[in-house]
Amino acid sequence: MGHLLLAATVPDSLTFAVAAAITVIGALGVVLSRNPVHSALMLIMTLFGVAVLFVEEDAQFLAAVQVIVYAGAIVVLFLFVIMLLGVDRQEALRSEPMPAQRWLALGLGVLALAEVILLAKGHWPTGAHAVAGRARVAGHSNTYVLGRALFTTYLLPFEITSALLVIAVIGAAVLARRPRGQESELDEPTAGGPAFGGENLGSNPSDRALDGPDGEGGEPVGDVLDEAEGVTVVGRPEQ
Amino acid sequence: MIHAVFLIPLLPLVGFAVLAAFGRKLGNPLAGWIATGAVAASFIVTAIVFAGLFQLAPGHRSFTQTWWNWFSVDRLHVTAGALVDPLSMTMAAFVTGVSTLIHLYSIGYMEHDPQFPKFFVYLNLFVASMLLLVLGSNLVMTFLGWEGVGVCSYFLIAFWFDRPSAASAGKKAMIFNRIGDAGFLLAMFLTFERTGSLQYVTVFHRLGHVGVPSLTAIALLLFLGAAGKSAQLPLYPWLADAMEGPTPVSALIHAATMVTAGVYLMTRINPILHRAPDAAHVVAIIGVLTAFLGATIACAQTDIKKILAYSTISQLGYMFLAVGVGAYVAAIFLMLTHAFYKALLFLGAGSVIHAMNDEQNTKTMGGLRKLMPITAVTFLIAWFSIGGVPPFSGFWSKGEVLLNAYGYSTWLYALGALTALLTAYYLGRCYLLTFSGQARWVEARPAGDGHGVVGSAPPVESDTSNPNTPTERVVAHHGGAGGQEPLHPHDPSWVMSLPLVVLAVASVFGGLIDLPFHPNFVFLERWLSPVVGASLFNGHFSVATEWTFALVDAAIALIGVGLAFALWRGAVDRPAVEPTFLQRAWYIDWGYDRLLARTSTLFAGFLATVVESKVIDGAVNGVGTLFRSGGGVLRRVQTGYVRNYALGVMAGLVVLLAYLVSRAFT
Amino acid sequence: MSVPASYYLTLSAVLFSIGGIGLLVRRNVLVMFMCVELMLNAANLAFVTFARQMNDVGGQVVVFFVLVVAAAEVVVGLGIIVAIFRRRVGATADDVHVLKG
Repeated sequence: MGHLLLAATVPDSLTFAVAAAITVIGALGVVLSRNPVHSALMLIMTLFGVAVLFVEEDAQFLAAVQVIVYAGAIVVLFLFVIMLLGVDRQEALRSEPMPAQRWLALGLGVLALAEVILLAKGHWPTGAHAVAGRARVAGHSNTYVLGRALFTTYLLPFEITSALLVIAVIGAAVLARRPRGQESELDEPTAGGPAFGGENLGSNPSDRALDGPDGEGGEPVGDVLDEAEGVTVVGRPEQ
Repeated sequence: MIHAVFLIPLLPLVGFAVLAAFGRKLGNPLAGWIATGAVAASFIVTAIVFAGLFQLAPGHRSFTQTWWNWFSVDRLHVTAGALVDPLSMTMAAFVTGVSTLIHLYSIGYMEHDPQFPKFFVYLNLFVASMLLLVLGSNLVMTFLGWEGVGVCSYFLIAFWFDRPSAASAGKKAMIFNRIGDAGFLLAMFLTFERTGSLQYVTVFHRLGHVGVPSLTAIALLLFLGAAGKSAQLPLYPWLADAMEGPTPVSALIHAATMVTAGVYLMTRINPILHRAPDAAHVVAIIGVLTAFLGATIACAQTDIKKILAYSTISQLGYMFLAVGVGAYVAAIFLMLTHAFYKALLFLGAGSVIHAMNDEQNTKTMGGLRKLMPITAVTFLIAWFSIGGVPPFSGFWSKGEVLLNAYGYSTWLYALGALTALLTAYYLGRCYLLTFSGQARWVEARPAGDGHGVVGSAPPVESDTSNPNTPTERVVAHHGGAGGQEPLHPHDPSWVMSLPLVVLAVASVFGGLIDLPFHPNFVFLERWLSPVVGASLFNGHFSVATEWTFALVDAAIALIGVGLAFALWRGAVDRPAVEPTFLQRAWYIDWGYDRLLARTSTLFAGFLATVVESKVIDGAVNGVGTLFRSGGGVLRRVQTGYVRNYALGVMAGLVVLLAYLVSRAFT
Repeated sequence: MSVPASYYLTLSAVLFSIGGIGLLVRRNVLVMFMCVELMLNAANLAFVTFARQMNDVGGQVVVFFVLVVAAAEVVVGLGIIVAIFRRRVGATADDVHVLKG
């Protein structure tokens, strides 16, 4: 392995090593951070690392999109939601309903990694050939080549993505819409009413202890049903 | 003209369709008249076709009219069509003729029945099926008609299905016929396998390439079917029970037409029988045994319709005897004359039963001759005719059969002659008990005793054996309310009398169609010779022999008649000549019941209690339990935790990658 | 000469596994979502690597579409998360486990 890496030019090797380290550290940070805000920031780090690798692989346009869309929009959206729901919301780590889950997950992950690394050594069984045109055309930038492919060969899928995005926007608007009459259910705890979603929360008493006073939040089910004409799925108590 | 043959079965079928759709609206007399009209029209068409056929040269009197291709499977091509030849047209003519008369009679007989239109629906369907049977150009068409008349027979036997005895008699007929139909089906399979066709003409052409054992098997299997339909040993008991149906049904289906289908089938396949003499032997022996058995049983019965039923079985045995010895013309001759006088006997019995308010026991009748002269005279003619008294038709037809039997085997003749004696005797007994002597019904049925009718001392049979329950109910009601109401037996209205008279005339003069003694007089034989000529048995009898046999037959018939007069004139009970053994019909029915019905009931009980509940239910419940418990275990996989499901996806990914790795390294 | 493709693919596999394990282990819905993004990026990296190796622009086009789909997915997914957890006190995925057999 070492001699292969040496076969590459020193700047290339260095760039790859640093970007790879950034990427892996960022990914580990996403998984291991306790605070979701930290996770989001670590995700930005990974995304930047991947963007560098894209540049290294002559995919300059994608690198730019990666930074603009992912780091600039998606992660900001993540942070926005984290802030919206409350930074102090935490995982209930004390109780694990599935004790084997963690070890199985680790085992399967390592197994998958081993298999992919085995495959990465070069024994690719597919033997597929290029279909969409060359990636490197003398005298033309990567953006030109990619744009040409997108607006000729892949025009129809490209147009469909526009429909997809519109649908996604509408869907998000519908989901995030607050039904009338449910202005502030978390802010006005109603004493005496049945705890919202009582059954599930009740099965995990530690959750409430962790979450403090908000744990008593919720309002009488009847009120919800009375006030809202079309009560959403969200507002319905679990049976 | 001659090509109008398709109208023959179509007209009754149209009548059936019209009545099935609108019968209820058309109501009581009109539905009957429409049905009668349809059959009468069919008779007229038959007569026209018959005349057209008659004008052709004898060698050209056979053609096949194809209506459409019914179905084709590989080599099997079955067409719907008619085989028009002297035999089928003779059958069609007598079927439509007798049917017309019996339809007419039924209008009077079923007058008070609330199911009046339905009765004619069935009758018309029956006639259409019967005509398909006799006209069909191949075995499948014949089988279609065969099953059609079978199912109509079932409907009509069980016409008064609210009586358990009628319902079970219908089922009995159905089951016995199914046994025979299995033989018919197997015969069709074998025929197709050996000759590659089911078309009569083609099959008969190719017989030369078929071995005798195969032909014997085909003939015997078809005879099994014929034995079921025509009530021969060992499949005869259903016909006696079939008397549960209305009397016109007994006359039409269970005496004149349907039960002769077996004889027709055997005559139709005469080229096969001719090449399979062993099968013909079996047919002749079964026929004569059935004839003798039926005649002995008829000697001891008291129910007037039962006597006639066993007489029918016996006469059908004669026809099979004739077929078996190769005397096909004699068989058809006997079939025709038998249709006349047996239909006449049944219709006369129906008139009597009607007049006696649904009483069928001859021991409680008597003295009806003066009150019902037309019925009495026609019944007497029928008796003399069936008994073989010269010059009535039965004398000629039965003489023909016996003569051929003698030429074939002396033993067959001896048994046949003995049966002839018994025939003249038992119908004499029936006639004398019914029409002469004292009027026993006055004492036996103290009129106006109302409900006491059923409970009175003589063997008046209970409700379950009376064929006309609705009328019976009316009578019981009247008797209870109005007090004294004695019986007034009298001849029926003209719709019922006319058929009696027409049939009586036919019974007297029916013999004219095939007189012996001179070659110019054997019309029927010459007419049928294109169909059966090649296979016909020829005994080469001299005119002297024929005269001798005619005299012997006449003597036998007269002895029988004389015996009946000697024994039954003025007597009512003679236990010596009515042994229980014969009254119980040789215990054959009882034996079937013990041997087959009881054992299969036991077996069915075993299947129901053990196999059904333990094995089958066990298997079904076991499968259910397996899946329920399996589901109970598997449902725990569905934890509801998203991460757990993702774990499953991951495991699937690992397996997929493992597959790729294995591909990459091999 | 640039770094060989197998290095990139190995890195992609590592990134994918970290994302997968994180998805299975973590219980904070938002973090799980981020782990999905990690896995998507791993796939993107592999696509771009193959595009370079085979000199085919198709790999890059696919990455472009993956980016679009990822954006849409995040929008809708976060919308669902907001809708659900507006009424929940914690952010634990296990709280939502009604869908069981």
